[in-house]
Amino acid sequence: MIPASFDYTRPKTVAEAVTLLGENPEAKILAGGHSLIPLMRFRLAEPSMLIDINQLEELRYIREGDSWLEIGAMTREAAVESSEVVVTRYPLLVDTARVVADPLVRNMATLGGNVAHADPANDHPATMLAYGAEMVITGASGERSVAAADFFVDAFTTALEPSEILTAIRIPRAKDGDGGAYFKLERKVGDFATAAVAAQVCLSSDGVTQSAGIGLTNVGLTPIYATAASESLIGSALTDEKIQGAAKLASEAAEPIADHRGSEDYKRHLVATFTTRALKTARERAQGGAA
Amino acid sequence: MSTHTVTLTINGEEHRHEVEARTLLVHFIREDAELTGTHIGCDTTSCGACTVLMDGTPVKSCTVFAVQAEGAEISTVEGLATNGALDPIQQAFTDEHGLQCGYCTPGMMMTSRALLRENPSPSEAEIRRGISGNLCRCTGYLNIVKAVQKASATLAEGGEND
Repeated sequence: MIPASFDYTRPKTVAEAVTLLGENPEAKILAGGHSLIPLMRFRLAEPSMLIDINQLEELRYIREGDSWLEIGAMTREAAVESSEVVVTRYPLLVDTARVVADPLVRNMATLGGNVAHADPANDHPATMLAYGAEMVITGASGERSVAAADFFVDAFTTALEPSEILTAIRIPRAKDGDGGAYFKLERKVGDFATAAVAAQVCLSSDGVTQSAGIGLTNVGLTPIYATAASESLIGSALTDEKIQGAAKLASEAAEPIADHRGSEDYKRHLVATFTTRALKTARERAQGGAA
Repeated sequence: MSTHTVTLTINGEEHRHEVEARTLLVHFIREDAELTGTHIGCDTTSCGACTVLMDGTPVKSCTVFAVQAEGAEISTVEGLATNGALDPIQQAFTDEHGLQCGYCTPGMMMTSRALLRENPSPSEAEIRRGISGNLCRCTGYLNIVKAVQKASATLAEGGEND
């Protein structure tokens, strides 16, 4: 299967990429290409131009600052899952990166691409919702940031304007009492999630939940932030009973459709089970000292 | 619709061809460079039969445009043997019957070779995880895992791990 013809450009700077995107409304940014190229091969996408940003080293970094862990959009999944700071301090992120597609795909696929493509079946969007991450966006008029909760607008649709590029992702800096986990069911390695749940909590030294975020993958047209479930945990100890209650609320927040991966009821049940497991693992990690 | 002169190195030899932007790396390798050891399997980024090393990293060459690989060093299955002597991974796949129909084998060996370079003595779990982007429909993977373990042992005994 061969994609339709297109023009190929390789800008040297982000600013040049933004200009090209502004001048060519039917152009697409080529990041890792492991969602876009298959779509092009099926002719489900026929961009007039690809703007290849793989050579923009300025978009490839993982930096922990005072407030954020900031990751350049072109950082490959393989680099995320093997990053020392991510592995030691951001367990939810490393859990997620390790189950994106398969190891060969992760050698090319990028964190920014996974987020900006906004496939509701992609894994990082739910994780970004659970973290309360920010998306850093660059356009002709400069840089702006959008909360993950406002970024995922619809299936394959984000808050990015047509001539804007996602350039970085900011995750709140890990602190004492943080813990998180990602649980996913896939029929086989490389398949999209039947359903998956991202959970991130912060517990005080006496075990009271200070903050909680629960994100759901592939049970709706967008990644879903389980608001009621998350809020139900705040202000009290993260007991098994509280976790059961949140699991029920999360399953009610899911909007799955029946398909070859399972029925609506089955997927709701998975969400409840994975919310329970993710919160229990998050609790262990929060109490284990490691973030 | 742009065409590009793409120059890259495959198994140490320079290849230069004028191709359309939409030419996939696997087609450049098979049709322009005429190296047909690299297979096309699923066409959907699933099976890994087309795996080659791009600057040492295993990638699915059906999901990279040739023009993206400009200037890259590509390694394919044809480059494994040196002076007629099989690479340890090739010998191990032979000895352990790590293949039946052979379709997945070039990709499987390229991924395994890269895995052993990064992790010379992987556990069985690490091998299974490492090759999880390569599908084999014949063997049930058992003998493939054994082959990788054997190649690991051979390389540890002083076989060259370049």
